[in-house]
Amino acid sequence: MFSRIYAVLLRHLYLYPRSLSRVMEIFYWPVLDLLVWGFLTLYLMRHPGALSEWKAFLLGALILWDILFRAQQAISVSFLEEIWSRNLLNLFASPLSAFEFIGATMILSFFKFILAGAVTVVLAWFFYDFNIFRLGFWFIPLVFNLVVMAWTIGIVTTGIILLYGEKAEALAWGIVLFVQPFGAVFYPVSVLPKSLQYIAHAMPCSYVFEAMRDIFTRGTTDALTFAVPFLLNALYLWAALRFFKFMFRQAQIRGLLTKLGE
Amino acid sequence: MSATIEVKKLTKDFDHYRVIDDLSFAVNPGEIVGLLGPNGAGKTTLIHMLLGLLLPTSGQIHVFGMDMPRDRSKILQRANFSSAYVQMPFALTPLQNLEIVGRLYGVRKAREKARELLSLMQIEAMSDRPTRALSSGQLSRLNLAKSLINDPELLLLDEPTASMDPDIADQTRVILKKIQKEKNMTILYTSHNMKEVEAMADRILFLHKGFIVAEGSPKDLVSYFKEEDLEQVFLKIARGK
Repeated sequence: MFSRIYAVLLRHLYLYPRSLSRVMEIFYWPVLDLLVWGFLTLYLMRHPGALSEWKAFLLGALILWDILFRAQQAISVSFLEEIWSRNLLNLFASPLSAFEFIGATMILSFFKFILAGAVTVVLAWFFYDFNIFRLGFWFIPLVFNLVVMAWTIGIVTTGIILLYGEKAEALAWGIVLFVQPFGAVFYPVSVLPKSLQYIAHAMPCSYVFEAMRDIFTRGTTDALTFAVPFLLNALYLWAALRFFKFMFRQAQIRGLLTKLGE
Repeated sequence: MSATIEVKKLTKDFDHYRVIDDLSFAVNPGEIVGLLGPNGAGKTTLIHMLLGLLLPTSGQIHVFGMDMPRDRSKILQRANFSSAYVQMPFALTPLQNLEIVGRLYGVRKAREKARELLSLMQIEAMSDRPTRALSSGQLSRLNLAKSLINDPELLLLDEPTASMDPDIADQTRVILKKIQKEKNMTILYTSHNMKEVEAMADRILFLHKGFIVAEGSPKDLVSYFKEEDLEQVFLKIARGK
């Protein structure tokens, strides 16, 4: 009996050193959870005044975060779906170029976040009497910056999956969540330790979420606030496309595209 | 008349392992060429390079007189492929799958063309059912239908009749031959079914360890190697006798 139990145990243990998703399950997710909830607690302890706008801060952040999350997933998960269905070669042995594929997934991400966003916006209004459109005209640049950032993360993730295949599929869900503790989603950048604030300032979404809280508190924000995320997003998107081009070429040289597709 | 495929001094290395070694050959328009060889001979690698899925280490590939991979999109507009090891999304119906592929190739009236091909391959009854409901033989025929969606001038087939029963495989060969004749299509064909290759191919390239070790019509090869049939020739070459 023990031998059989040991055999089943062994079957799982053998996979751990080679499986990124299993390693992430043990270390990555719990650490991220702890960081997000830990910093959130610090924020509420240090700024009890924030509680008056807490509903708007939390629900607004959740709705905007979901836009970022869905838009990113539409790109990387679409690519994974082609691997899972063994359809990759049918696509890339056709006249379709890698950038046309990425372009199509970007459009898909647009539809996905519009639909997912609409559902959360309506439900938040219906159940919690919260109207995200209190953000007014600012809603458009806020969402635009989040979507471009999501595209960047999606393209980079897809590039990594190209090289590492299904082993790296956990990244399709995992990479974007790395943004959450440092991207000022639920609390301001000032809550983070100084060293982590540098990471936050390098993330376009931190400016978006800071601006969101600013608008909910003051009713407006400084238009110049958007200059930095616009520039960062432009730079990162350009770098992501270059990275993807490089990874696609590596996949063509090493024959990874054909291994992923069969 | 310029060749449909012209391969010159083609080499492909994976790390320190040479899979294709200084390979040169040409395939003429309207010709059916069988690519034979044991597992690991480099057949699929060669087909993947012809499709631009894999980049050569050195050498040149010209298809329709254009450079692969530089003119990849233009070449693939006029070519297609089918492999027993590639599938289409199971959640979609065969009709939807073929329509999507048709659109990838810019086929006009892709849906009508898809219906026509499903009927040709005798799987029209499954048109609107999920692809996962198809048997393995039907899936192979769907793959073949996919490869004909853009009326290709060049067809690359990697074991297209694997998973088909002898009857369906024979019917499929007849359909392929008919279309090939009507459209003067060029076909490069890999298979482990020697009878099939004998029946289909005008010429055979025997690949072994990335080299062409023998070339000729099925009849010529059988008589050159003084064997009874192509299967015996295959065994002789694969075992290095």
